[in-house]
Amino acid sequence: MTDFLQLVIAGTATGGCYALAALGFTLLWQASGTINFALGEMVMLPAFMMLFFMSVLGLPLPLAFLATLALSLLVMGYGFKRVVVDPLIRHDVITLVIATLGLSIGVRQAVKGVASAQVFTFPSVFSDTLLTIGGVRVSAGDIGTVVVACTIVLALQAFLNRTVTGRAMQAVAQNRDAATVLGIKVERMVLYAFLINAALAAVSALLITPVYLAKFDMGDTLGLKAFYAAIIGGFNNSRGALLGGVLVGVLENLVGTYISPGYKEGVALVLFMVVIVFRPQGLLGTVEERKV
Amino acid sequence: MMHRRTALKLGAALATIGLPAGAAESEVAIHNNVELSGTGVTSGSMWKMGVDLAVKEINAAGGILGRKIAITHQDNQSQPQIAKAVATKAADAEPYVMLGPIFSGDVNVSMAVAENAEIPMIMGGEAANLTQQGMKYLFRTSLNQASAMPKLANYLAKNGVKSMVVVWGANDFGKGGRDAMVKEMAARNIKLAADISTEPGQMDFSPVVVNASKANADALFSYMNEEESARFLIALKKLGYDKPVYGETVLVSQKVIELAGPAANGAKGHVGLSVDAPNPKVQEFGRKFMQAYNTSSDHNGIKGYTAVYLVKAATEKLGKFDRKAMAAAIHGGSFSAAQYPGLLMDESYDDKGDLDRESYLVEIKDGKQVITEVLPPVGKK
Repeated sequence: MTDFLQLVIAGTATGGCYALAALGFTLLWQASGTINFALGEMVMLPAFMMLFFMSVLGLPLPLAFLATLALSLLVMGYGFKRVVVDPLIRHDVITLVIATLGLSIGVRQAVKGVASAQVFTFPSVFSDTLLTIGGVRVSAGDIGTVVVACTIVLALQAFLNRTVTGRAMQAVAQNRDAATVLGIKVERMVLYAFLINAALAAVSALLITPVYLAKFDMGDTLGLKAFYAAIIGGFNNSRGALLGGVLVGVLENLVGTYISPGYKEGVALVLFMVVIVFRPQGLLGTVEERKV
Repeated sequence: MMHRRTALKLGAALATIGLPAGAAESEVAIHNNVELSGTGVTSGSMWKMGVDLAVKEINAAGGILGRKIAITHQDNQSQPQIAKAVATKAADAEPYVMLGPIFSGDVNVSMAVAENAEIPMIMGGEAANLTQQGMKYLFRTSLNQASAMPKLANYLAKNGVKSMVVVWGANDFGKGGRDAMVKEMAARNIKLAADISTEPGQMDFSPVVVNASKANADALFSYMNEEESARFLIALKKLGYDKPVYGETVLVSQKVIELAGPAANGAKGHVGLSVDAPNPKVQEFGRKFMQAYNTSSDHNGIKGYTAVYLVKAATEKLGKFDRKAMAAAIHGGSFSAAQYPGLLMDESYDDKGDLDRESYLVEIKDGKQVITEVLPPVGKK
């Protein structure tokens, strides 16, 4: 039983990181109808930004994170929206999807060119203390990751549901034309979604890179699993992203341990396919109707 | 209709393309088929840095028999099919020697190309089967798994290990090491408590650690490539695995120590090459490497460095550039570090291209590789 609980906690921590990235998918979809397949690279990029601030400028990790956060908001939030999304959104989703796929390759190769294809170590924001709770050994890092991920998801949920800005963002997601008529500044709301997405990517990088290690292609797996998690949980529900992420993280651990490590990497895909077939709107998502 | 001048230009261009890409007469061409991206980038980058350092030194000292080395590095992306294509293209250019690849799977598909072209191939692979296929032009730069595992297994038996978990990477390197270790364990009555394979590039090792803990063995043996080894050590520490962890070369290498950080402390193992070895020439190399690249060399850096110096030693011993004669000279040949300092250690080759030299038992303490015992070459036992 202790093994099982240990796997569930470790899986929840990993799933929490998937969830933060998945949240990026759901937010952008809700706010602007955008699917961003460069999301994995948007997690990788802040990891290298932090490494740059720490190793070149000598900043401690907290300051390096804050500097990265600011840069991420500028480049991956504002810049991404203005340079990539705005010119292409007027066409169709497929155009934008292809553009983000291209962007992901471009960013990956650019980082490889600048920082080399080597893997780099990355410090953890949490201590490496091992705690024993009820006979279960849990690392402080795992607990910290779960707490941070859950707090962010719940805070975001509260922001979207209980603040005027959050409700305005939801209104834009539901009907842009009606939101415009109601006097909501649609473009500003969409920008907020991109900025939040960039911040989530930076936090995700901070949490996952100490375990995954920093490498130019570290976003491949993460981006894909976050996408699966978003679909599984429901593309139009923020809590769904958390559920999807945690479900994938925990099931990967359980399958890897009790069935075979060889099947571990296929768990997210199988779950994704089951959900797509039996509940296309995702576990917590709602059915959307669109005119075509 | 094509103008006459255009046709002449085209003809000249085609003639130029058709020229062999070999080096000028004053140079000797060496081709390096190396993992500079993909899962082998950590190993390949170290190997390349070692090669470059040796080439720079040799050229600064006048080259080999008066000819400067013209080195060409080509990335095989850690993919066997690309490694073979790189080797095929390199063979067409007829270099004097082919260096690399490092990953055993890449070597496995490339070595036939070198064999058919009769070009010596000095590589970094450690899988035991590579040199068991009767190749005449294939040479190692490190001990093979069949030579290294008995040394580690003896150490385990001496330390009272009765049962062990074996965790290995599912590639030629990992499978070869796993097979060699399991064989040696059986010979010493060490029970295989759990046999766990992992995927190349695997990110999350939690299930592996839990399965290893469930086996309740006396110790754990890990045999994966650098990145995976580092992530595995981090996962072992994160989940509180408290049994001794052993490895062969990679697990206790400088690169893994750097990547895993404090999680590497306490790991023990056998290494064929280490810049911390109690050998002034090796330590001097370690200092030069650090000065040149601001990072510590691991075993792959030493392998790349000594590979180039082996070319120099064998060629100077022959007194001429002759690929066939060079390959024949290395087979069964012995090279002394006193006579050829760039080799760093005395080494001798058997008729298969396997080399023999001293090696070390190490333990990681405070983020450093500490040599606990120097083991003599197998041939000297």
